[in-house]
Amino acid sequence: MGGIAVSAVGFGIVFGLTARGAGFSLVEAVAFSTLVFAGASQFAAAGMVASGFGWGAIVLLTGLVNARHLLYAAALAPWLRVRPRPERAAMAHVLTDESFALSLVHFRRLGVTDGRGYWIAAIGGVFIPWNVATIVGHVGGQAIPDPTVLGLDVVFPAAMAGLAVGLATGRREVVALAAGVAIGLAVALAVDPRVGVVAGGVLGPLAGLAVPRRGGPAPEPVDLPGEVRSLAQRASDDGIAP
Amino acid sequence: MSVELVGLAVLMFAVTYPARAIPLLAPQFERLPPPVLAYLRLVGPAVLGAIAAVEVLVDDAATGSVLVVGPEAVAVLACAAIVAWRRNLALGLLVAIAFTALLRAAGIA
Repeated sequence: MGGIAVSAVGFGIVFGLTARGAGFSLVEAVAFSTLVFAGASQFAAAGMVASGFGWGAIVLLTGLVNARHLLYAAALAPWLRVRPRPERAAMAHVLTDESFALSLVHFRRLGVTDGRGYWIAAIGGVFIPWNVATIVGHVGGQAIPDPTVLGLDVVFPAAMAGLAVGLATGRREVVALAAGVAIGLAVALAVDPRVGVVAGGVLGPLAGLAVPRRGGPAPEPVDLPGEVRSLAQRASDDGIAP
Repeated sequence: MSVELVGLAVLMFAVTYPARAIPLLAPQFERLPPPVLAYLRLVGPAVLGAIAAVEVLVDDAATGSVLVVGPEAVAVLACAAIVAWRRNLALGLLVAIAFTALLRAAGIA
């Protein structure tokens, strides 16, 4: 779990810096990290706020980017079915890429559901480090008068590009990424940058779907994205599962 | 201290939480239709790629949007290449930041 927590700290600090650079107050940055608690969409929203996007476009893209959590929740549902409903409702809020991967590895290793293990992974391994790091990044950013001198303004687009590449684990994903970029740029130049981002995000996946899927072993219980398999492997390597 | 964006955070929570909770709370929920799942898993790379490209390559000038290829684009590309090669986002970000800072210190960017 240590590796995941360190990763959350590093990325959380960058988010705190990015949010500060986008004009967020400390309260607003913390609200994002506690209420949304989904890194990619938080970075996207910070950049979109800074670029003057309307809230509607930001919320739409947030819904699209975070829709992948349906996959995670569906995969964990058989394990968590034994937990009380109110607890499952609370567990849902702290379900992220990392907590999903850590928990799934843990449950599979034990062969039974471990509610306490889920909370330790989700809260101790991700939620607390992410939120503390957000505060540290935002407050620490005050000591940096001009982030552009240090090249920190490139963090947001670089993080978006890196995350996109990290998600592109198969031919379909690569085609969706390339199409998203091409459509996004074309529409941004022809119409408006904000419309371009939405068009790329909505239409890019359709190009990916046109690519025939390669055959392979049937994953279970749902088809997990590559980065989650990678996280699960890291979690396993870390010895996260108690 | 501004709190205006807390409202945006609440709205973002409102569209994120159902995706996390519905499969856990609705016993009848098994899985979405395969075409919907296939589409959703492609949204991430497409939208994040579009955001990165538009952010670094399009200058929203008053006279209209124009394509700009500067050192920042090279830095972002370097980050993407490192992630593809090493699967290490932190390293990619560090390289992108250092590259941009060095060019600016040299008066190039």
